[in-house]
Amino acid sequence: MTAPQPSNEIAYNGSMKILVMEDDREAADYLQKAFAEAGHTAHVAGDGETGFALADAGDYDVMVVDRLMPRRDGLSVIAALRSRGNTTPVLILSALGEVDDRVTGLRAGGDDYLTKPYAFSELLARVEVLNRRASARESETVYRVGDLELDRLSHSVKRAGREITLQPREFRLLEYLMRHAGQVVTRTMLLENVWDYHFDPQTNVIDVHVSRLRGKIEKDFDKPILHTIRGAGYMLKGG
Amino acid sequence: MALSLPAIMKTTAARLSALYLLLFALCAVLLVLYMTSLSARMLTAQTQETINDEVLGLARAYQRGGLPVLVRVVEARSRQPGANLYLIADANGQILTGNVQSLEPGVIETEGWTTDPFSYQRFGEGELDRLRSGGSDQATPPANEGNTPQSTGEKGHNAIALVLRLPNQMIMLVGRDLGEPERFRAVISRALTLALGMMGLGGILIWFFVGRAALKRIDSVSDASRRIMGGDLSGRLPVTGAGDEFDRLSENLNSMLARIAMLNEGLKQVSDNIAHDLKTPLTRLRNRAEATLAGRHKTEEYRQALEGTIAESDQLIKTFNAILMISRLEAGYSSEQTGPVDLAATVSDVVELYEPVAEEAGVALETTVSEAFTINGNRELIGQALSNIVDNAIKYSTDAAEAPKVRVVLERAGNEIKLAVTDNGHGIPDDADRARATERFVRLEKSRSQPGSGLGLSLAKAIMTFHNGRLDLLPANPGLSVVMSFPLRETH
Repeated sequence: MTAPQPSNEIAYNGSMKILVMEDDREAADYLQKAFAEAGHTAHVAGDGETGFALADAGDYDVMVVDRLMPRRDGLSVIAALRSRGNTTPVLILSALGEVDDRVTGLRAGGDDYLTKPYAFSELLARVEVLNRRASARESETVYRVGDLELDRLSHSVKRAGREITLQPREFRLLEYLMRHAGQVVTRTMLLENVWDYHFDPQTNVIDVHVSRLRGKIEKDFDKPILHTIRGAGYMLKGG
Repeated sequence: MALSLPAIMKTTAARLSALYLLLFALCAVLLVLYMTSLSARMLTAQTQETINDEVLGLARAYQRGGLPVLVRVVEARSRQPGANLYLIADANGQILTGNVQSLEPGVIETEGWTTDPFSYQRFGEGELDRLRSGGSDQATPPANEGNTPQSTGEKGHNAIALVLRLPNQMIMLVGRDLGEPERFRAVISRALTLALGMMGLGGILIWFFVGRAALKRIDSVSDASRRIMGGDLSGRLPVTGAGDEFDRLSENLNSMLARIAMLNEGLKQVSDNIAHDLKTPLTRLRNRAEATLAGRHKTEEYRQALEGTIAESDQLIKTFNAILMISRLEAGYSSEQTGPVDLAATVSDVVELYEPVAEEAGVALETTVSEAFTINGNRELIGQALSNIVDNAIKYSTDAAEAPKVRVVLERAGNEIKLAVTDNGHGIPDDADRARATERFVRLEKSRSQPGSGLGLSLAKAIMTFHNGRLDLLPANPGLSVVMSFPLRETH
């Protein structure tokens, strides 16, 4: 089993140091290998106590924490780390998939929640978005990707100096894509962050929204800027 | 029903009966003891009073004429029949006169009231006894003399007495026979024994008629439950129609069994469906991988095969999640929280989400929201149900005879809030098909060509059940109207 590789033309922005807390040996090995192939370094902890000790001592960019682990469950590890001032972004993995489980997980200090079984591409995309070095853009008021410019205050979008009119939802979609420019953004991530729904739509409604947006920001311009990453999602990247 | 005693005592009815019996018996014994002691004390007091009166009379006689008058009065009184005892003895205890022939040694030595009842023999009684025992059988009861109480045989009678020492050192004893109080005590103790016996009998009868009846009912319930545990899940507990506690218990247990049977049936259906609907794509997945491995392909072809595999796996995961979700919602043990949900906002969200898809498919998507409704529910679930329904409506309106159109209408109808999604496609003309459409994995013939897991409407229906609402499929001529009905005063 190998993790799906991003298309060759896309390079991920930097490598991350990831701590994986997962008690299933095989799943942990697979994650370690798959993260390595994606250019990241992953350390594995097989139980909650080890995970807590490693997280407390090491300087990780992102942690992937299984909810059910021997010796100490994931949520308690996260809560303990948070109470010790550790702010490392955490993605919770769980076999419990109800909306409320997600809410409990996020309340315990998790930053994102993914239900098993999951696609590695989804996990990778989410982990890269969580990377704390990428979250600095939150405070910026103007996003720029290549010749595309989005002003979050005046709600205006320009490409190569030309004004582009977007619907409110299209604006939020582009805003999210630009905040995570250079990173893969999956369809479920878009549905969650732009529409605030966590279910899987029967039809790929997101694709149609994205292709509409693409029409507006790429039409009449030579260079493509919104790329489709096969088997994973989308990425906004300037030339 | 042949039961051994230990087995009987294991039943609640028998134990309760025994307990009541014991309590009542204890109360009866205490009551009788109290009454006996009370009446005995009263009788003793009465006896002592009588003796005092006699002594007073005799004292007056002594004062009148000294010893000779006293002796005369005593002799006269001794001859009268009655329970009173009189005795005058010399200073050495030698009996001089009176109606007492002999008594327990030591009784007349101490002055004052005798501390304990003593036994004595009346004058002339000894000869009579001897005569009778000589003539006839030994078992002959001793004679009754006048209204002297029943003889206690060889030992004589019991009595209490006041012993006085006369000024000339002679001893006078005035007493009274205790036969009467003793007979009274005997009557009481007989009554007590009889009462206890009756109570015992009563307890057994009560157990037999009341307790055993209850026992039988419980036995029939436990027999039935054993049968059900043995695998006959369609079995039910007997209900006699008496409307008593046992019937209520049986009815409640029966509805519990019905629910268990329903859940069991649901579980069975889920596993059947998982077997059927997940095996097919899993086999396809496996075959595709195998076929790819078998031949020599270009890198691009390998990539395509792998991407197909991933897409198919994703679809499998989606189906699996949907099955789990439906089962949880239908079983009613979903822990999803509820809160206020703005239905109008949900409608505009979902319509906005599907608008580009509809436009691409050439379907006009219209919304009519008559007023804003806020219900208590789960926004995610309602959004998902509505999106499944809108998704279907868009798919099935594309074959419409006229311009394809999907209308989403939110309105109040009576005491319900109705959210109707109506398309103008071919609809589902057959009533039976319409009813079947919300069943899991049911994909009506015409829809086979459309992509989808066949779980969309089932999930929507389960979500409506979770919200105490309904999902109805109605003919729209042409087309189909899928109506989500929420109770107006929703309390989940």
